[in-house]
Amino acid sequence: MSERILSVLVEDKPGVLARVSSTISRRGFNINSLSVGPTNIEGRSKMTIVTELDAVEQVKKQLNKLVNVIKIVELDPNMTIETEVLLLKVSINKDSQTSVIEKASLSNATSVDVGQDFAIFELTGSSKELDKFEALMKPFGIIEMVRGGRIALQSNL
Amino acid sequence: MTKEQLTGAELVIRGLEYLNVSTVFGVPGGAILPAYDPLYDSPIRHILARHEQGAGHMAEGYAQATGELGVVIATSGPGATNLITPLANALMDSTPLLAITGQVASTAIGNDAFQEAYTVGLSMAATKHNYLITDASEIPQVLKEAKFIATTGRPGPVLVDIPKDILNQVAAWVEPGDLDLPGYKPTTEPNPKMVQQASSLIKKSKKPILYVGGGIIHSKANNELFELATKFHIPVVTTLMGRGAFPDGHELCLEMPGMHGNYTATTSIQNADLLIAIGVRFDDRVTANPSFFAQNAKVIHADIDPAEIGKVRDAQVPIVGDAKSVIKGLIEALGDEKLDTENWVSELKEMKTEFPLSYKQEDKGPLKVPYVLEELQKLTKEEAIVVAGVGQHQMWVSQHWNFTEPNTWLNSGGLGTMGYALPAAIGAKTAYPDKLVLALDGDGCFQMTCQELITASTENIPIKIVVFNNGNHGMVRQWQKIFYNSKFSASELTHDTPDYLKLAESMGAVGLRMMEKSDIEKVFNKMLEINDRPVLVDCVVDPEDMVFPMVPAGGSNDQIIMNEEDLKNL
Repeated sequence: MSERILSVLVEDKPGVLARVSSTISRRGFNINSLSVGPTNIEGRSKMTIVTELDAVEQVKKQLNKLVNVIKIVELDPNMTIETEVLLLKVSINKDSQTSVIEKASLSNATSVDVGQDFAIFELTGSSKELDKFEALMKPFGIIEMVRGGRIALQSNL
Repeated sequence: MTKEQLTGAELVIRGLEYLNVSTVFGVPGGAILPAYDPLYDSPIRHILARHEQGAGHMAEGYAQATGELGVVIATSGPGATNLITPLANALMDSTPLLAITGQVASTAIGNDAFQEAYTVGLSMAATKHNYLITDASEIPQVLKEAKFIATTGRPGPVLVDIPKDILNQVAAWVEPGDLDLPGYKPTTEPNPKMVQQASSLIKKSKKPILYVGGGIIHSKANNELFELATKFHIPVVTTLMGRGAFPDGHELCLEMPGMHGNYTATTSIQNADLLIAIGVRFDDRVTANPSFFAQNAKVIHADIDPAEIGKVRDAQVPIVGDAKSVIKGLIEALGDEKLDTENWVSELKEMKTEFPLSYKQEDKGPLKVPYVLEELQKLTKEEAIVVAGVGQHQMWVSQHWNFTEPNTWLNSGGLGTMGYALPAAIGAKTAYPDKLVLALDGDGCFQMTCQELITASTENIPIKIVVFNNGNHGMVRQWQKIFYNSKFSASELTHDTPDYLKLAESMGAVGLRMMEKSDIEKVFNKMLEINDRPVLVDCVVDPEDMVFPMVPAGGSNDQIIMNEEDLKNL
């Protein structure tokens, strides 16, 4: 099954995230990633939902039934600009610190905070790039990590 | 000019009056108390139910009988949780309902206050939409929106939750304005291209079936359906929710298909080359195992809810739209076409004669529900509104009662809610005080909401209830007999406790009993004569009786069990 990306324009009203996620989960569908944030239009938010579904048509229709959902567009992965953000806190010590910084900078990660025994990096990129960076940092000891959820725009619209 | 200042509670009642609500059903309580104060002075009639579930089903019965909005009021916490069943029921059967619930004060929300429940969260999956009011000034507009959402598109229940302090907050009455619902624009007019495609499929068909349901009734499209079927000679099956959408007794009417449908209706779909499905959702009680359902048929599927199309069965021609507009479009597109369905119609006519619904009533033997029903209908001169619960009795009523008008058959189809009949009958009778309203119930169902008999008596709503008393959860027993080796685990109720005559009398109703064939005419005539209070007939029936035909859940509609004999070959 391939990934499907839905871009969902919603009214910015209380409970809209709960409505969307409960509609998806009550039909037994899984979400790989969900992100939500404001748009350039006041009172409108956009959700980017990534699923692996054959039943994506049914999900779209069920979501469209929600009064607060305005528009759903399924993005074509071949024509879509997609990105995700990651914050990763890794252990460092005298022996490892050079190697950590080198690998991070080669991965285009930005150091956003450094302490005696840790460093926090920020990386924006495709999910694959983020996965790769996580794997690179793993041997040094990841203390904590958070990913922001994938966001996407179709490039030819 | 200064605008009139009202409390939130007064805005609720004024808002309901503005929306032409004439009757509400409910139970008061702490958080909703402010709303009951102005309600006392309002021309709106309030029916005091004995349980919020009952109040909810009353509002549903009112809505199903009239096709208009039903309104129910309850308090916070348990009042709201007791409403979940009727809300879920209304969602499944697409009944337009407005529920107004009290909530604890907005300052107390989230603190586990007394009688606090997260009503908006709890009802989210049981409503079409819901609201939490945060300022009294929103109330008139939200009520207008709520009614609009509940009654348009695919109808359904909408809940408005109002904290107690908001009910006491003062705000100006502002007449509700235009609705701003950018995400809610139901498609009612079908795409003409799709209608054209549908009509070309129909023209080519030799064995078409109109498979129609509740959507016809919601859309008030029964006259258009009649024209389509009769002008082009297309046989019609009416689903459980669609009974009455096309008149029983008409030569083209095959009545109900499915799990307990009649042989011809179920088989006609299996043999059809085209299903013209309008306002139906290919429910599992109709299709059985969908892989074996109508395998030779192409499908035209028209529904106002796009999510129903392709959900269970792919359609060659999907049409999103209101049933009435779709059917009008089809009639126009077919023009003067003559369909070649003569052989098909006569084939089905013969099938009906060969495989009728059957039952055997012995002169001295225990009463059989189908026989009692047929006798009751003969004694009933006028068109009655018939309300049933869920189970064996429901299937027998749907099979054996002749429905000729829409909105005369009320039951809990999708959710299968036991206890629906009595309160829903109260709701229907409230809407139509001059019509005969019959609650035809099972004893298991009746016992789930029987306290509403008090509501019927005290509010002077003279409905008539026939409890088909087999002393059992009959359908459960039937399945235990067939699939669980007759191990009757927890399905027996006993037929003499309660004593229904005393129960009726104690609740302000008349109780009558029917034990054998010779009682029927006398008892029913008496029941039909009494119109100053509710009547309950304890109709003692055969506990061994089973509903046939039957297609076991998940089975194939090609293998219909016609009678007990067939069970031996299972």
